[in-house]
Amino acid sequence: MKKQILYSKAGVWIFALFPIIRLIWLGINDGLGANPVEFVERSTGTWTLVFLLLTLTATPFRLVTGEVWLIRLRRLLGLWMFFYACLHIAAYVWLDYGFYWPDIVNDIVKHPFVIVGFGAFMLTIPLAATSNQVMMKRLKSNWKKLHQLIYLIAILAILHFWWLVKKDVTEPLYYSLALACLFAIRLYFKYNRPIGRNKIASNNMLM
Amino acid sequence: MLIINTSKSNPSNIRPSEITPKQNFEDRRAWLKVASSMLLSSAVLPSNSAFAANPNDKYFTKNDKRIGAYSKSHFGVGEKLTNYKDVTTYNNYYEFGTDKSDPAIHSALFKTHPWNISIEGEVKKSKIIGIDDLMKLAPLEERIYRHRCVEAWSMVVPWIGIPLASLISWAQPTGNAKYIEFISANDPLTMPGARVPMLDWPYIEGLRMDEAMNPLTILVLGLYGEVLPNQNGAPVRLVVPWKYGFKGAKSIVKIRFVEKMPITTWAKANPREYGFYANVNPDVDHPRWTQSSEKRIGAGLFAGRVKTLMFNGYAEHVSQMYAGMDLKKNF
Repeated sequence: MKKQILYSKAGVWIFALFPIIRLIWLGINDGLGANPVEFVERSTGTWTLVFLLLTLTATPFRLVTGEVWLIRLRRLLGLWMFFYACLHIAAYVWLDYGFYWPDIVNDIVKHPFVIVGFGAFMLTIPLAATSNQVMMKRLKSNWKKLHQLIYLIAILAILHFWWLVKKDVTEPLYYSLALACLFAIRLYFKYNRPIGRNKIASNNMLM
Repeated sequence: MLIINTSKSNPSNIRPSEITPKQNFEDRRAWLKVASSMLLSSAVLPSNSAFAANPNDKYFTKNDKRIGAYSKSHFGVGEKLTNYKDVTTYNNYYEFGTDKSDPAIHSALFKTHPWNISIEGEVKKSKIIGIDDLMKLAPLEERIYRHRCVEAWSMVVPWIGIPLASLISWAQPTGNAKYIEFISANDPLTMPGARVPMLDWPYIEGLRMDEAMNPLTILVLGLYGEVLPNQNGAPVRLVVPWKYGFKGAKSIVKIRFVEKMPITTWAKANPREYGFYANVNPDVDHPRWTQSSEKRIGAGLFAGRVKTLMFNGYAEHVSQMYAGMDLKKNF
């Protein structure tokens, strides 16, 4: 079992390093296209969303299959989400705005899609900061409450994407549907499957 | 002639049901032709659109899309040109798809010759002008203009074209003509984006008469010394350098002189975000994008932004047209 966890964690690392290595590779080889800043912003934003959704998949996956292994990878996936969110913000303040704060503040305050995106990022900071065992123990039951912020973050992140696009909402629609599915599974099990919950409770006790 | 018959290749062994009907055969041929041209275009176009199959062969000798004679203008002297590849692969042309790379990939089947523009509305007489005659209305001139997109990026493009004013004087509008409406091509067969109701097709743009007559306003037929690539609005598009790029209607098929302000496509799609005038204005912000600065395409990952200028830096030529107008209201 220990070995399996180790392998799956290694798998997450390899998967999670791929986007950043790809970006660096493309950057070195002049492969970022006509608007490289936009490319980096889009790419890091997309991967933030992917890791966010993967993090949120752990519980529905357990509810449906009874498998807990994805739960054990959840913190790692969440931290990778935070990593790409940080890169996304860095691309924005550095590559896009060259640390010119008056313009950055102006951009955040005036544009709804930037406000929600920035808000989502701010909310991820306490989650990343309290993701370790020490904080988990110290915060006790509050930890869970705090980390339920992830639902709000997910909604804000999708909204950020949705409001960014001018007209063609196909891509944000896919992510919205994915999030809606994940939420639907949770809700279904919460209200309709007490048996399922018992099963999970026993699973949790086994952990 | 001796024909050696083996039992397998004996033509008489072929049953009638196995023979492909002529119609099917020809359909397949036609389909293969389209499929192979699509394959070819998607393979070749993104890297070098200059050599893509383009039916514009009449203007130039074989394998040469260069425009023979045009004069240079003083516009854009000292500006660093955006390179050809970026100008022809980073395009907003929703009739060919919403991604910036879509138009270069999906526009190869679009036919731009023969091409007629119909002149209608408040004119002495409705008429039609072919693209070859349009080119002869005035001497072709290269204009190096800054091109500012509403999405807060910009390019510097060496356009080749004629003043729109020369077409207007040829069209002979009546006194009632206060505005001009430009209607773009809408051919779902060769424009994959036009099959999707992303915008209300056909694309419609418009100008006030004085804006249209301004010497800066040009009908563009080429860029970088060659005939306009399909993804840039071939065979003829509008360029209004002091306005956001979406004002530049592409692949124009109809020009209407009208009395009332036309309802333009983006203004119709989202009236809160896009106005009729769409003058480049760093002081009037857009709900999505900061308009006080812009990103120059091709400047690289670490170039930062440049300040956006009033009327995209063409204020001395155009600001008098808007004297006394509230540009915040008429955005």
